[in-house]
Amino acid sequence: MSKKMHIQMTVNGEEQEFLAEPRELLIHTLRERLNITGPHIGCETSHCGACTVTINGKSVKSCTMFVAQANGAEVTTIEGLGNPDSLHVLQEAFKEHHGLQCGFCTPGMITRASKLLEENPTPSEEEVRFGMAGNICRCTGYQNIVKSILAAAEELNSAKEAAQ
Amino acid sequence: MKDEVTREERVDALGGMGCKRKRVEDARFTQGKGNYVDDIKLPGMLFGDFVRSPYAHARIKSIDASAALALDGVIAVLTADDLRPLGLHWMPTLAGDKQMVLADGKVLFQGQEVAYVVAKDRYIAADAVELVEVEYEDLPVLVDPFEAMKSDVVLREDLVGEDGSLPDGAHGPRKHHNHIFTWEAGEKEATKQVIDNADVVATETMYYHRTHPCPLETCGCVASMDKVNGKLTLWGTFQAPHAIRTVVSLISGIEEHNIRVISPDIGGGFGNKVGAYPGYVCSVVASIVTGVPVKWVEDRMENLMTTAFARDYWMTGKISATKDGKITGLDCHVTADHGGFDACADPTKFPAGFMNICTGSYDIPTAYLAVDGVYTNKAPGGVSYRCSFRVTEAVYFIERMIEVLAIELDMDAAELRRINFIRKDQFPYKAALGWEYDSGDYHTAWDKALKAVDYDGLRAEQAQRVEDFKAGKTRKLMGIGLTHFTEIVGAGPVKNCDILGLGMFDSCEIRIHPTGSAIARLGTISQGQGHATTFAQILATEIGLPADSITIEEGDTDTAPYGLGTYGSRSTPVAGAATAMAGRKIRAKAQMIAAYLLEVHDDDVEFDVDRFVVKGAPEKFKTMKEIAFAAYNQAIPGIEPGLEAVSYYDPPNMTYPFGAYVCVMDIDVDTGEVDIRRFYALDDCGTRINPMIIEGQVHGGLTEALAVALGQEIAYDDMGNVKTGTLMDFFLPTAWEVPNYETDHTVTPSPHHPIGAKGVGESPHVGGVPCFSNAVNDAFRAFGLRHTHMPHDHWRIWKTANQLGLHG
Repeated sequence: MSKKMHIQMTVNGEEQEFLAEPRELLIHTLRERLNITGPHIGCETSHCGACTVTINGKSVKSCTMFVAQANGAEVTTIEGLGNPDSLHVLQEAFKEHHGLQCGFCTPGMITRASKLLEENPTPSEEEVRFGMAGNICRCTGYQNIVKSILAAAEELNSAKEAAQ
Repeated sequence: MKDEVTREERVDALGGMGCKRKRVEDARFTQGKGNYVDDIKLPGMLFGDFVRSPYAHARIKSIDASAALALDGVIAVLTADDLRPLGLHWMPTLAGDKQMVLADGKVLFQGQEVAYVVAKDRYIAADAVELVEVEYEDLPVLVDPFEAMKSDVVLREDLVGEDGSLPDGAHGPRKHHNHIFTWEAGEKEATKQVIDNADVVATETMYYHRTHPCPLETCGCVASMDKVNGKLTLWGTFQAPHAIRTVVSLISGIEEHNIRVISPDIGGGFGNKVGAYPGYVCSVVASIVTGVPVKWVEDRMENLMTTAFARDYWMTGKISATKDGKITGLDCHVTADHGGFDACADPTKFPAGFMNICTGSYDIPTAYLAVDGVYTNKAPGGVSYRCSFRVTEAVYFIERMIEVLAIELDMDAAELRRINFIRKDQFPYKAALGWEYDSGDYHTAWDKALKAVDYDGLRAEQAQRVEDFKAGKTRKLMGIGLTHFTEIVGAGPVKNCDILGLGMFDSCEIRIHPTGSAIARLGTISQGQGHATTFAQILATEIGLPADSITIEEGDTDTAPYGLGTYGSRSTPVAGAATAMAGRKIRAKAQMIAAYLLEVHDDDVEFDVDRFVVKGAPEKFKTMKEIAFAAYNQAIPGIEPGLEAVSYYDPPNMTYPFGAYVCVMDIDVDTGEVDIRRFYALDDCGTRINPMIIEGQVHGGLTEALAVALGQEIAYDDMGNVKTGTLMDFFLPTAWEVPNYETDHTVTPSPHHPIGAKGVGESPHVGGVPCFSNAVNDAFRAFGLRHTHMPHDHWRIWKTANQLGLHG
């Protein structure tokens, strides 16, 4: 087997350090090495987005990234977005607007949506649909996902306005 | 004591049937805390992976696993020879056939399981798969069922006698060595007579292409044999955990009480996760052999290529009518491509599922159906992808035939439907192919739908568009897709529905806790349908405790009562009925307790929302919470302590949800691109338990219908290579391709279901596919098109336009 690499990364704010084969996929690092099982494996070819995480401020499909490529990176998964006492606005919105059914795409979907709303805090419906096109859902038909994201955007914006 | 809370407030506080209760499942899913099979991690767990055949039809000359076994971390490589002494190299299928677990001398489809590698992690397993040397001798490949029925090539030598004779199959005599069964319904001669003598006959052949349910989570399992206690625990993506337990027991010889099957959270099923697959058997064997847990999870390509295709029906229809459009007869012949093994997931007596619902929503006096099942060199499966058994095929068939007949009659297709609908006063309606439709009000639904979309206005706009197109003012045509579907779901009555001999009843067991909360366990298993939310709503209304105080648990065979699982829209019709009936048993006992506490006769109290009241004296009452406590706290003469109930519900009939759909699309004649301008879906699923969840189911089902109608297929080349084995080629729509849908409803309760519910999860898929397809076909009707096959991807639509001479 190939030689192991020394890897260091920050995942959801926690420092992680370990030895790994460079070919190890980041999704396996997260799920099997670090027990962060929110991101899921749906296709292993970058099509479905169930494995979406945020790396250094960008949405990335972790099923097609080697852990070696993530060396030194800052990684955020669904587990880093909110916690049971204080859910992320998107987590609340998905619950409120029935934006999920089987739940398998949901962590990737919400993680991507959180980035989308940072990139574009006031998206139109069309922009949401385009911005989420890398994440596949087999259950909802997207209508309520789009609704959830638009509602979350509104919520975030009114909170921002109130703060100003 | 004055009750300051109004009755209405008490009803609201329950969160019972009819309210848009938020889902209790969502807290864990939105936080990434679902527990799917690949999340399960046990100490010392090994990983299994398959060596698969690159050939669609080949003899196996040798398998050399020595290099794989020499790899550090590889524990074992299993082949058919290792399974043979255990009798596990073949396994029974749900359709009465048998299937190779690992290739026994030959392979019959590309991707077939040849050897099973067990290794310390999934990377080593994958490396080892590459190191297993298999020598193949390729054989002639049959991918066309019509060719297969003529060919000298024998696909299944195991089903041919040594003297060349053809023993009967599980469903009767076989006509050819690649033939599986002929299944018939209705009156052959009478139908021929009617059609031969009819004023008008329309004939069409349509191919409902092969596709795949493709849930976002693939199939997988973790098998863990505890050799100390002799217990096997099997976690997996099972839509029918109890049936899996029974199958595992029958084929492994482990007694059923020593097997615990657990379906954890399931990432979508859509029929893909009903059957038993070689991966499950090999994992169980590997765990028994090694004594440690073994995990197997297929990747997406394995999923698309090997586990559970859907459809693949060639359907030829003849429909006859009077000159003024009254339908007189229907004839349907199907050539069904079942692949290398017949592994269709249908009730035993229905090898073509409920294809005999193909008279649809129409009063057709005479009909005949014959289905021929055929072996080919394709993957086995034949599951019901988001539908009850073969109902999508049946509804697509009749809804296309209606359109073709409308062309033949030069009639409006909406009007043709209207004059042929089964009338409300005809229910219960005995259909020509055998089913008794329980209820329906088709005219009301149809008129509501046409009015909602301004149907006449749409037709006028379409006519103008055709004029504009001919005048060179536009390159876009407009299609109006219509569908009125009738489903048949909720399998089913034990008298005619079983799978592997197991009657298709379902079950619910309720335990009320002393402080007035409860747990209910069911024989079904949610894969996203929200059972934990909706079944609690049914119970809240039935037993008067708040839905928020009721836990619903499914999927653990050690705790749940026996049931046949979730598919075919059977959860609400069957387990939902069991839930209501078990709730009523609770209520009956609660009534006796209440009467004792109130010191009146049992008949002198009545149930009122969340309590029993003394008749005529509503100020005298005991709440269900008080009654629950009394059940555990008081010695009541003649009544056992505790408050529990169980119900096994054998439905007296299927349920028959229906709906009226209209799709409006623009089609770019030069690119073949489709723009769905509007989709209106009216569903009648009887009593509505949770409108929010119903709407979500409709959105999802329509989107899967859009996928199937407009591009999704499992395609093979002539060599039997799968051409659509990844999500690059297999169409799953994204948010970008999917429109917003308008949903609507009527309510015609099922007369035989305890709460009048009919099931809804699959209706939008069943009705959606023909609606999208009819819209595409309709766009070209003015230019002479009668029928074009699905899937209507851009290329095929462009080709249709080209063949009609629309490219100048």
